[in-house]
Amino acid sequence: MFGAAIIVFRESLEAALLIGIIAAAARTLPNRNRWLWSGVAAGVAGALVVAALAGSIAEMAGGMGQEMLNASILGLAVIMLAWHNIWMARHAREMVDGAKAIVRDVADGRRELSAIMLLVAMAVLREGSETVLFLFSLASQGESTGQVLTGGALGLAAGAVVGYTMYTGLLHVPVRWFFTVTAALVLLLAAGMAGQMARFLIQGDILPPLANPIWDTSAWLSSNSAGGTLLHVLAGYDPRPSAMQALFYLGTIAVIGLGMYLVRSPSPARASA
Amino acid sequence: MNRITLLAVLCLPLAAFAADPAEVPLTIKNHRFEPAEVRIPAGQKVKLMIHNQDSTPEEFESHELNREKVIPAGAKSAIFIGPLQAGKYPFFGEFNEATARGVVIAE
Repeated sequence: MFGAAIIVFRESLEAALLIGIIAAAARTLPNRNRWLWSGVAAGVAGALVVAALAGSIAEMAGGMGQEMLNASILGLAVIMLAWHNIWMARHAREMVDGAKAIVRDVADGRRELSAIMLLVAMAVLREGSETVLFLFSLASQGESTGQVLTGGALGLAAGAVVGYTMYTGLLHVPVRWFFTVTAALVLLLAAGMAGQMARFLIQGDILPPLANPIWDTSAWLSSNSAGGTLLHVLAGYDPRPSAMQALFYLGTIAVIGLGMYLVRSPSPARASA
Repeated sequence: MNRITLLAVLCLPLAAFAADPAEVPLTIKNHRFEPAEVRIPAGQKVKLMIHNQDSTPEEFESHELNREKVIPAGAKSAIFIGPLQAGKYPFFGEFNEATARGVVIAE
């Protein structure tokens, strides 16, 4: 449940921040709310279409396909999280500035007001469809639908609160602080999902375990204790991982971390130029 | 000597693929595993072939084996486990935890 809450909070946070900024900057425009909410509605509708497709794809799985499907979904989620984190490392500031620029253009009469709707719809659709995939991966890791939905609702509520707070006056809060903390959480979530993906591939006899297990901390912190569960959903904790799982976990952290470092390094130069 | 060592090393992956893992049957009936004790050789990969004869799905789960898999009602499904060190590895059916319990004994 906590994992679902974190993911939905992280995803809705970005859309909510964007909407909060746009709503604040477009305060003086006529019909602003109509365009804003049309954008939100269009984005949610698009995300639900993706959700429906994901559900029917899941029902087709049988036999060894279950491991393959779980591994594929987790792999896709890891790739999207990786792309997302790396992209955000480069564009967190530009995204905020860009949203303001579009609204400024609208205010100056250089763009159609419908550009606002499109911007909001795209933000909600992107974050919404990612959220669906991540929730789906969590469900495939054994969390019940009720837990996932409860966590999702909590995360969405928290995201909306932050977006509204942003709108009512936090335009000057250092946005990048949010992105740094949540980027670290997403990095660990992605690594944990990669480890789970390796586990499914070993269970389906597609990958060898290499060493099984490489350590056993179950006596110290078992996976069905509260602390173990929390660490599992937050950081992919596994008390008896195989060496292959550990390789996937560390490899994912290394690749995403390197990607974030590489795209981030030019920005201080650009900022000082 | 060197050539023989090289040959042995080259044959290792073949040996790993040559032997199909032993298939061990396991049945789910009335929300219980049958047999409740599964004996397998230590140090070898084994294919658990689980047949769910109930009309409800069951999830085979084991923290000790690090495995989990949903077995739909009436379905047969395979789970690969091991190679394991000698010891006891409990498992359970997550949807009927009170009755569906068993243990893999590697020896």
